[in-house]
Amino acid sequence: MTTPPVLSATDVSVVIDGTAILDSVSLDIAYGEVLALVGPNGAGKSTMLGVLSGDHKPSAGSVQLEGKPLGSFSHLELARRRSVLTQENQVSFAFTAAEVVEMGRSPWVKTPQLAEDDEAIAAALAAADVAHLVSRQYGSLSGGEKARVSLARVLAQRTGVVFLDEPTAALDLRHQEEVMRCAAGLAASGRAVVVVVHDLSLAAAYSDRVALISHGVLDAVGTPAEVFTAERIERVYGLSVEIVERNGRPVVLPVR
Amino acid sequence: MSRRARGITLSIVLAAVLVAGVLLSSIIGQLSISPSEVLGSLLRAVGIDNSFASSDPIIESTLWVVRFPRIVMALAVGAALAVAGSVMQAIFGNPLAEPGVVGVSSGAALGASFAIVLGGNVAVLSALGSWGTAVFAFAGGLLATLLVYFMSRANGRTEVVTLLLTGIAINAFAGAGLAFLLFIGDTASREQIVFWQLGSLNGSRWQEVAIVVGVTVVGLVIAALLARRYDLLALGERNARHLGVNVEALRIGSIVLVALLTGVAVAFCGIIAFVGLVVPHIIRMAIGPSHRALILASAVGGGVLLVFADLLARTLVAGADLPIGMLTSLIGGPFFFYLLARQRKRSGGFA
Repeated sequence: MTTPPVLSATDVSVVIDGTAILDSVSLDIAYGEVLALVGPNGAGKSTMLGVLSGDHKPSAGSVQLEGKPLGSFSHLELARRRSVLTQENQVSFAFTAAEVVEMGRSPWVKTPQLAEDDEAIAAALAAADVAHLVSRQYGSLSGGEKARVSLARVLAQRTGVVFLDEPTAALDLRHQEEVMRCAAGLAASGRAVVVVVHDLSLAAAYSDRVALISHGVLDAVGTPAEVFTAERIERVYGLSVEIVERNGRPVVLPVR
Repeated sequence: MSRRARGITLSIVLAAVLVAGVLLSSIIGQLSISPSEVLGSLLRAVGIDNSFASSDPIIESTLWVVRFPRIVMALAVGAALAVAGSVMQAIFGNPLAEPGVVGVSSGAALGASFAIVLGGNVAVLSALGSWGTAVFAFAGGLLATLLVYFMSRANGRTEVVTLLLTGIAINAFAGAGLAFLLFIGDTASREQIVFWQLGSLNGSRWQEVAIVVGVTVVGLVIAALLARRYDLLALGERNARHLGVNVEALRIGSIVLVALLTGVAVAFCGIIAFVGLVVPHIIRMAIGPSHRALILASAVGGGVLLVFADLLARTLVAGADLPIGMLTSLIGGPFFFYLLARQRKRSGGFA
């Protein structure tokens, strides 16, 4: 990477109840790139995302945002720098989808950026394809619709760093592609995007770099073509795969 | 109807009902006073001389010594309890959290009873003087709220069942404490403790009213200022934090706020349950869950509810002053049933 990293984790370890969830992981993220975090279930992807976003304090190691320790930022300062789409998005009480998306603007109350509110919300609604849902109650939406409304909320926050934890999990084929294209679009506009995905082909198609985590250890990090080799995926996932190239990107197919 | 239109409608309805309630409470009673006499007396109090005002000192003192303090007390206590309810529901992310249901009120009553029975024997209490009961009610309420908070939360959310079971446990414990205090107290203290448990606005004095109004106004302002954060809390603890809310500080601060509002209400008027459950719920159905409007409307709605409940309490049986806590529970019990039935129809009950 030629640009200096906006976010850098150094030798991060997380131990919960005596079990090492992450073991000495170092990772840099720069503005303008999509970094995909991939790995088998329970490998520590979400924990890594939590450490990078400031949710979990690492047991050892450090995370720097804009060259300063993550812990030195206040809640509000962090909220203006990074947004997070979590896996679970329940909303108490009968808020409408529009109200939920508007909540994404709240870190900018009493700042000049507040003037962007309407435009940011409209753009977020369009990008997540939820403009038609605004007057619906959030609780009455389907799982995929909830996920997209929550994505719109995160987009409306307009932060330099965006974390997406399995944003495609509940989505249909078209919306999976759209969300990943949206992530790539964010990177193209200069943001840093960290996304956890399970679909390796999807990760390969839309990310600039891939970090493969296995049993809490960073197995490999690099371009999709560098990381996704048949040998490595077979070793990490315990499944024989075939790698096909499409438009210069690897496509991972299980051998059936 | 849009939420905005509903909001305006609700404001008008609440204002009308509020004025009607205050007027009715002023004129109805053992001594009938005409509306013009009430108006005249009020005008004279603000320095406008008029011919409506009665020259009868009995009417004047009935209004200014008995009825007006009682009405203002009803408004303040109703507002305090309704705001406490909506704040509690916001921080627990659960529409069933309510000071009476989860045991905050009985915790406060236990504290108050402790002060009543042991008033003369404890150095701290003698030092506090007439403030002892209020301070202990607040302390009891705070203790109970903290207990509920730490007992019933898991992963940033509160399961309904856990919340209600915690309430049962705290109510049971406070009940035992009250029983013990009843047992060791003298006759006068016993009577006073029975009063706490039933709740009444009878004999409200301006001095007490001033304290309750002061605390309620401060609490209401703080709650309204925190409203935006309560909205974000509806997204869940983690998401609220991602949006810049210091969740732990907000929760602890809000708990003190709930204990303060509930404590001050209970300290002077005893346990008046269900106001904090019924009022925010109805307001939410009318204008949606957004907390700033909800908290402000709940304050007015709670006041209105208690003004009417108190009017009923003192007029329903001629010559008798029914406990107002009994009346609100009479409304609150069936309302709770209604909530259960509605929830069961939707999703097979609270889980």
